[in-house]
Amino acid sequence: MDRRLIIEHIPRLRRYARALVGDRYVADDLVQDTLERAWNKFYLWRPGSDLRAWLFTIMHNVFVNQARRRRYEIEQAMEEVPAVSVRATQSEQLELQDVDRVLRSLSPEQREVVLLVAVEQLTYEEVSGALEIPIGTVMSRLSRARERMRQLLGAQGVMPLKVVK
Amino acid sequence: MKPLAEAELHTYIDGALSEGARAEIEAWLASHPEDAERLRAYAEQNALLRSLYNPVLDEPVPAALLAVRPHAGLRYAAAAAIFALGIGLGWIVRGMFNTPQMPPVSLARLAATAHVVYSPEVRHPVEVPAGEEEHLVNWLSKRLGTTLKAPKLAPLGYELVGGRLLSGPQGPVAQFMYQDTRGQRLTLYVSRQRGEPRDTAFRFSQEDRVSVFYWVDGNFGYALSGEIRKEQLLQVAEVVYKQLNP
Repeated sequence: MDRRLIIEHIPRLRRYARALVGDRYVADDLVQDTLERAWNKFYLWRPGSDLRAWLFTIMHNVFVNQARRRRYEIEQAMEEVPAVSVRATQSEQLELQDVDRVLRSLSPEQREVVLLVAVEQLTYEEVSGALEIPIGTVMSRLSRARERMRQLLGAQGVMPLKVVK
Repeated sequence: MKPLAEAELHTYIDGALSEGARAEIEAWLASHPEDAERLRAYAEQNALLRSLYNPVLDEPVPAALLAVRPHAGLRYAAAAAIFALGIGLGWIVRGMFNTPQMPPVSLARLAATAHVVYSPEVRHPVEVPAGEEEHLVNWLSKRLGTTLKAPKLAPLGYELVGGRLLSGPQGPVAQFMYQDTRGQRLTLYVSRQRGEPRDTAFRFSQEDRVSVFYWVDGNFGYALSGEIRKEQLLQVAEVVYKQLNP
């Protein structure tokens, strides 16, 4: 069993968890529980198969179980907007905060799909495997989530509107 | 031109497309400006989400995450195997009841309570002052039946005030107290845990005004308490953990 195999995936698990739950500490707790479970079940992982997808599956299960046990405090997460890249200009920062707020307003199921596709850049097939849902469900969640985000962002006037002279 | 399925439109911004498929979608978008506008917005969402969360990749990984170890898992797997063989059945069953998978929340609660009781003390915050550190550590080690260490937190601005022996549900408990130049106090609570030795990850608990990071390492539970922001407390907790697990 090689620790490095799992350890090298930690930064990406943290990125996904942070985007999923918002709060830094809740996110790292989620990563921690995922890692503990991964270690306990490592014998179930098939060498040669995609370890990252397997870890996302575990994180998904931990997330769903935790969300069932106690709902994440979304409001608190919304207050703590994650640190944004230092390169971002002020107007970009506003956009980033808006997009994060809108992301929090999605259902957890939609948020998972959007993030796995947009941030983790998994293929639709990989998302279907990681979340253990049919690909048709992946597509419908993705489509609804994106449209909802577009509506919300548009309503706030964040997306540039066409200039009408 | 046949109408494009919604899924195909998404493929345009997410997936690797063949040249043919790409050309087909572009032709569609050229004559359907609303779809084109929609896809432009979706692509922008992708870009914004990435610039929002990619910086997490550059953050140093918290020590607590690197410290997650497979030991506990192996132990449970081994226990399950023995159980299946029917050897030592009674002992295992007892062990299972004594060994909850999650660290007991009461550790954080007990530590926070002890913090609240002793940290406001002006004249008698500790039983043995830091001036007799060697005696303090030897005494508490003897009472807890392990080799304790008082972590050195001076680089973080916290000097050892001293320590005391407390009574907990599992017997003797050691409490080390630290303080910074403004008189802000932190306490480290060390107690023996019930059941089989195990390791847990860092956990955080907010006990009223007291923030507590706690973890279990082998037979002992550790809890660091303070009335400071959890980000600051985490920094100290990571240093404590590293010093106790060199």
